[in-house]
Amino acid sequence: MAKIKSASTITPKPGVGLKTWLIVGFLFFAIPIFSAALFSVQVGDGSYTISSYTRMLTDPGLSESLWLSTKLVLMTVGIVLLLMVPTVTWLHIRAQKAKRVVEFITLLPLIIPPVVTALGLLSSMPSFLKDSPYLLGFAYGALTMPYTYRALDAGLNSIDVKTLVDAGRGLGASWRQVLSSVIAPNIKSAIFGAIFLAVALVLGEFVVSSLLIWNTLPVWMALVGMSDAEGAVAISVMSLIFVWLLLMVMSLLDGSKKVKINVGGV
Amino acid sequence: MTETKSQIFVAAPDKGGDKKNKNSSIAKLFFEYRGLIPFFIFSIIFIGFPTGSVVVNAFRGNFNEWTFENLRVAFGDIYLSSLIGSLELGFTSALSASIIGLAISYAVAISGRPKLQRVISTASGVFANTGGVPLAFFFIAAIGNYGFVTITLEKLGIDIYSGSFTLFGFSGLVLVYLYFQIPLMIIVTYPAIEGIKNEWREAAVNLGATKYMYWRYVGIPILTPAFTGAFLLLFANAFAAYATANVLTSGTLPLLPIQIGSLVNGNVVADQMNVGMAMGLEMIIVVSITMGGYVFLDRRTSKWRKR
Repeated sequence: MAKIKSASTITPKPGVGLKTWLIVGFLFFAIPIFSAALFSVQVGDGSYTISSYTRMLTDPGLSESLWLSTKLVLMTVGIVLLLMVPTVTWLHIRAQKAKRVVEFITLLPLIIPPVVTALGLLSSMPSFLKDSPYLLGFAYGALTMPYTYRALDAGLNSIDVKTLVDAGRGLGASWRQVLSSVIAPNIKSAIFGAIFLAVALVLGEFVVSSLLIWNTLPVWMALVGMSDAEGAVAISVMSLIFVWLLLMVMSLLDGSKKVKINVGGV
Repeated sequence: MTETKSQIFVAAPDKGGDKKNKNSSIAKLFFEYRGLIPFFIFSIIFIGFPTGSVVVNAFRGNFNEWTFENLRVAFGDIYLSSLIGSLELGFTSALSASIIGLAISYAVAISGRPKLQRVISTASGVFANTGGVPLAFFFIAAIGNYGFVTITLEKLGIDIYSGSFTLFGFSGLVLVYLYFQIPLMIIVTYPAIEGIKNEWREAAVNLGATKYMYWRYVGIPILTPAFTGAFLLLFANAFAAYATANVLTSGTLPLLPIQIGSLVNGNVVADQMNVGMAMGLEMIIVVSITMGGYVFLDRRTSKWRKR
C-alpha cells in the first residue's frame, strides 16, 4: 500500500508550482521593459509625449555613434567571412589534429575578461593602431571568436565537407571558388548564425570601446544617461527593438530552407 | 631499446608520407597547413599580445624593473576589497540565479508542453544576451528613484528604498544580473534535466524507492555536475561583467573590473597603471579556474548524456 502511494507521488506532475513560476518569471522579465517604454514617453504630470525619442533621434551623437558601430559591425562580419570561415573549413578538411589548439584559442576571449583585454590592448598596441577604430574592429573579431567558431564548427559538422571539396576541386574549381560557391552556400545558416552573434555582440559591447575611448552606440548611451535619463531609456528601448527585429529576421532566414542564396553563383 | 626507438623514428616519417600519398586528393595542394597561419597571426596579435602585456606588466615596476610590488598593492586593503567584492557578487549572483534557473528548467521540462518549452528556450536565448548598458537603464526606469515600479508602490504606501536595498549598489546589481543569469542557467542546464530519463525514475519506483530516495540516490547525483558546472559559468559571467555595473554604480562600488576601468580612465594616479595589470592578472586567474572547472564538469555531463 505504501509502495503504491510513493509510486504515485514520484511521478512528476506539473502542479500549481509551474503556473506560479511562469507568472513570476513573466513579470520579472516584462516589468523592466514595460517600465522603460512607459518611462520614455511619460512626463512628470502624467501626460505622454514622444519628445525624448525625437530629441534622441535628432541628436548628432546618435548618427555619429551609429555610424561608428555600423563600421565596426561590418569589419567584424568581414573577419568572420574572411578569417573564421576559411579557418574552420580548413580545420575540417585537413587539420583535425590542430582542432583542439584552435578551439582552445577561440575560447580564450571567454577566459580573459574584456576589461583585461582593453587594458592589454592599451599597453601593447602601437599608437597608430590605438588612434584608429580598426583596432576596435580587430578586437571585436577576436572577442566574437568563441561564438562564431562554435556556430561555424556546428555547421560544418552537419555536412560532408571533404567530399564537397574533393568534388569541387575535381571539377576544376579554385580553392576560392570551392569556398564561396560550394562550402559557403552549404553552411549558409551557420554563417548567418555566426554573423548574427557577432553583430549582437558588437552592437552591445561597452567596456573595450569605452576604455579605448570610442563613442560607439552603448558608450554614447551611457554618456547620455548621465544627464538625460529619459533620453537614455528611449535609446535603450530602441536598441532592444532593433536587436529583436534582427533576431526575428535571422530566425526567418534560418527557417526558410526554400530560399536559395547563390553565393558567387554563375 | 635504442635500436627499436631509432627504428620507430625512422619508420614514422615514412609511414606518414605513405598516408599522405594515399590521401593525395587535389584538395591537399591547396589546403596545406599554411591555411591556419592567418588565424594564428591574428590570435597572437589581438589575443596573445594584450594578454601577455598584462601578465608581464603585472610584474613590472614604473622603471620596467621586475617586482612583486604591484601584486602586493593589488592584494593590499584598498584593492583587496574590490577582489572580495567581485567574488561576493559573482557568488551571490550565481547562487541565486542557478537555484531559480534550475527550478524553472525542471518545472518546464516535466510540464510536457512542447510549445511552452519552445517559448522558454527562445526567450532564454534572447534574455541571456540582454545585458550591458540598456539593461541598466531598463532597471532605472523600473525601480530607480523615479522608476515606474517605485512610484506605483509608493502610491500603495510601500517604499522599496526604506530598507537597505538600493539599485545602485550591491543588492541592485544582484537583482539586475538575474535578468541575464537566470536565462543563461536555463540554457545550460535544460539539456541535462531533459536527459534525466523517465526509465530511471520508473526503475527506481519499481525497485521500491521513495521520492526522497529517488532524488537522494539518482536525481541529485546526476544533476550535481551539471548544476555545479552551470554555477561556475554564471559565477564567471557575473565576476567579469562591467557595463551594467559601471552605469548603475557610476564606478563607485569596489569591484575588480570597475577598479581596472577607473585606473585606465586616469581617475587615479598614473603610476598605478601596473597595479591595474596585477588586478587584471587576478581576474584572468579567477576566471581561468572557474571556466576550467566548467569545461571539466560539462564534459562529464555530456558524456553520460550521450549514452
